[in-house]
Amino acid sequence: MDDDLVFRALADPTRRHLLDRLFERDGRTLTELESELEMTRFGVMKHLRVLEDANLVVTRRQGREKLHFLNPVPIRLVHDRWIDKYTEARVSALADLKHELEETA
Amino acid sequence: MSTTTALATQVYSVFIRATPEQIWDAITKPEFTQQYFYGARIELRGDRRFSAVGDTEWDEEVLEADPPSRLVHQFVAAYDPDMAAEEPSRVTWEIEPQDGGISKLTVVHDRLESAPKTAESVAGGWMFILSGLKTLLETGKPLTS
Repeated sequence: MDDDLVFRALADPTRRHLLDRLFERDGRTLTELESELEMTRFGVMKHLRVLEDANLVVTRRQGREKLHFLNPVPIRLVHDRWIDKYTEARVSALADLKHELEETA
Repeated sequence: MSTTTALATQVYSVFIRATPEQIWDAITKPEFTQQYFYGARIELRGDRRFSAVGDTEWDEEVLEADPPSRLVHQFVAAYDPDMAAEEPSRVTWEIEPQDGGISKLTVVHDRLESAPKTAESVAGGWMFILSGLKTLLETGKPLTS
């Protein structure tokens, strides 16, 4: 809904790390996510709330558990709004170059 | 995405400047779906959800329909022979009105445990579809023309 919320949510390494964890395995409880971070439960909750406010994380109840899911749609919208418009060809050329350099390194 | 088990339940959500009724129409009527759903003409009729993509036509069972807030149906990827051979999965659409003329649309695609190819294939697809649906409803024009 609000690009600012998305950019702000992504502008933090812990929150990006949480998204990466969910990308690897989606639908996790707070306890699972907390166990992989050097951070208090309260700290992780705070970060998850910022991600939820930006709609990057969506929670669903399953039985007694609250599961956290990665919602990639806001990132797609940022992509459609910004990347497509200005630089898709150039960005993909750079990504190809990076990939090639890393492959041969 | 990394593993197939991780994709057994997928959740996608988007805020759209539209009423729940407008979103309901956009997901149940072919004149709308063909503009953002990979050209598919999709129509809800009775307890079936009919789809047509090119020459391929198929229909799925509607498990729950509560307009304009909730639609649950089976999902069969009949447009691809490999995926069509997999077990049917399930899609839940939830539409919740928010403040300021905005609605929140959430798509949950689950029961994908026995449909790993479908699970992998739809992951990028839903993002594209929801992004396109938002653009269509907010601007009146499809995302890719």
